Amino acid sequence: MKRDPVYGIMAEFDSATALVEAARRTHQAGYKKIDAYSPFPIEGLAEEIGFHRDEVPLVVLIGGIVGGLTGYLMQYWMSAVDYPLNIGGKPYHSWPAFIVITFEMTILFAGISAVFGMLALNGLPMPYHPVFNVPRFALASKDRFFLIVFSSDPKYDPASTRGFLQGLQPRSISEVPS
Amino acid sequence: MDEQYKATTTAGQAPVIEPGYTFGTVTEKISAIVLTRPASNGWFVGFGIAFLLTMMMLYAIAFLFLKGIGIWGVTIPIGWGFAIVNFVWWIGIGHAGTLISAILLLLRQSWRNSINRFAEAMTLFAVACAGIFPAIHVGRPWLAYWLFPYPSTMGVWPQFRSPLMWDVFAVSTYATISALFWFIGLIPDMATLRDRATHPVARIVYGMLSMGWRGSARHWHRYETAYLLLAGLATPLVLSVHTVVSFDFAIGIVPGWHTTIFPPYFVAGAIYSGFAMVLMLAIPIRKIYGLEDFITERHLQNSAKVMLATGLIVAYGYGIEAFMGWYSGDRYDAFTLWNRLHGPYAIPYWSLLACNIFIPQLLWIRKLRTSPVALFLVSGVILVGMWLERFIIVVVSLHRDFLTSSWGMYYPTRWDWMTYIGTIGMFLAAMFLFVRLLPMISIFEMRTLLPGAEVKE
Repeated sequence: MKRDPVYGIMAEFDSATALVEAARRTHQAGYKKIDAYSPFPIEGLAEEIGFHRDEVPLVVLIGGIVGGLTGYLMQYWMSAVDYPLNIGGKPYHSWPAFIVITFEMTILFAGISAVFGMLALNGLPMPYHPVFNVPRFALASKDRFFLIVFSSDPKYDPASTRGFLQGLQPRSISEVPS
Repeated sequence: MDEQYKATTTAGQAPVIEPGYTFGTVTEKISAIVLTRPASNGWFVGFGIAFLLTMMMLYAIAFLFLKGIGIWGVTIPIGWGFAIVNFVWWIGIGHAGTLISAILLLLRQSWRNSINRFAEAMTLFAVACAGIFPAIHVGRPWLAYWLFPYPSTMGVWPQFRSPLMWDVFAVSTYATISALFWFIGLIPDMATLRDRATHPVARIVYGMLSMGWRGSARHWHRYETAYLLLAGLATPLVLSVHTVVSFDFAIGIVPGWHTTIFPPYFVAGAIYSGFAMVLMLAIPIRKIYGLEDFITERHLQNSAKVMLATGLIVAYGYGIEAFMGWYSGDRYDAFTLWNRLHGPYAIPYWSLLACNIFIPQLLWIRKLRTSPVALFLVSGVILVGMWLERFIIVVVSLHRDFLTSSWGMYYPTRWDWMTYIGTIGMFLAAMFLFVRLLPMISIFEMRTLLPGAEVKE
């Protein structure tokens, strides 16, 4: 497959406010394949670039349900089905005694789902990414804010997109090689 | 985050972060400790001592494996001894880390941002120290894996009606979730270190640990959701862990153990000792690494207040134990109380009351709450007191139960002491490595506290 030699055009901003404003205007101008990078989470920024579906809670819910069921059924099967042992005359299926481990397994599975679900949905780990080709992008983990329009955007055009980003008064503009 | 910052600056308290910092200076100041600051002689001496103590622990454990637990002071009727005392003590210390990182996050206490990272590290290392004890205490430690439900050729399964099994699940879940919580919090800061590091090995290692984090808005959104959910999961978890530990005792019928006050009073005691450990670590660290601007008087004061509050809950627990000893009319419970106050272990019991109840009341004095030296000393006293509390619960309850013919005494041997002090060394060695290799304050969460993090419309 032939790839566009340019991955996108990236604009650099000084403040969180400028980035949110720029992201809003870019999205309103009809660019859909865009992304914004910041050194800390900015409330509302993801919505500005058109991100509305966060599946992490669903993954965690499923993980928790699976964990709880696993915990309970495991104890039930082991104590009452596979090898029933009479211990102090207690019933084989002593459900109150099974609650603690059911609870712990719920938390364990839900927590693991939260972390690995988040990483998977984010496509991480991903050691290489074209944005790292821009030397100034190292500041995205310190004090600078970046906005990128991907070359895969239908509205993308090297000259006009650059012109549009220039109009947002960024600190600098760079082309991101893919 | 925005309203919080305003709230912290207008309430007339010491700020969470001293004014004048920018995203750049916060980043530089914290990452420089790891990346550019050379290790001092003091660090090498401190780490060296901690490392030697760790070796001493390994020696004591190796000898234990060779000889068996007969080298310890445990005998019938005191079958639990130091191993369980230290296990409960260490697990309790770990609780403050999760409290700070999860519960205070949910309560939107932004001051937690500068101490959560190393409190979480403390949790992990404390849980690692705690985990050693039950494993080496089982008698045949090479068979400790029998605790887990795995399909064995014997065909039997663990006994899930036993609180000891609950404990296995509670503690291993706690260790896993704490490690994940710590790791997920580190990812964005690993990216910062990757971008700042100049040494090629450091770049590669931090680069791998950062998972290729690039700070995309979509990633942050999912990240924050996951972090918040994890905090929501860790909150009931941390309360459950010490509750389950207390079940190890409360479900038994031994006088002094069989009470319903144990779960809440164990949890409060855990947080009490955990905050004491946080302060004992934070006070020297902020001084040595010049972090007084990030770990301010406010953090010390707030931690002191948490200790005061949880200390009073613990005092209430002791009070109820004494009250029930009298009110229940049960002669064995009444004797347990008398035995604590006047028996052969009266000195540890009175010291416990002094360390956990009387001396910490000094924290009512504002001047002492803001004095690092005083706080350091009071925290040390509390840690000793909480250790004594577990000693009283484990040993003094067991040594004289229902039948006078089965009474006995417990005397720890040098192997008990070497193992216990060795775990303190292991804990400190891990902390020494941590402050040099990883950012001890969460950089990205500190950035969110700065005025520039606010988006102006």
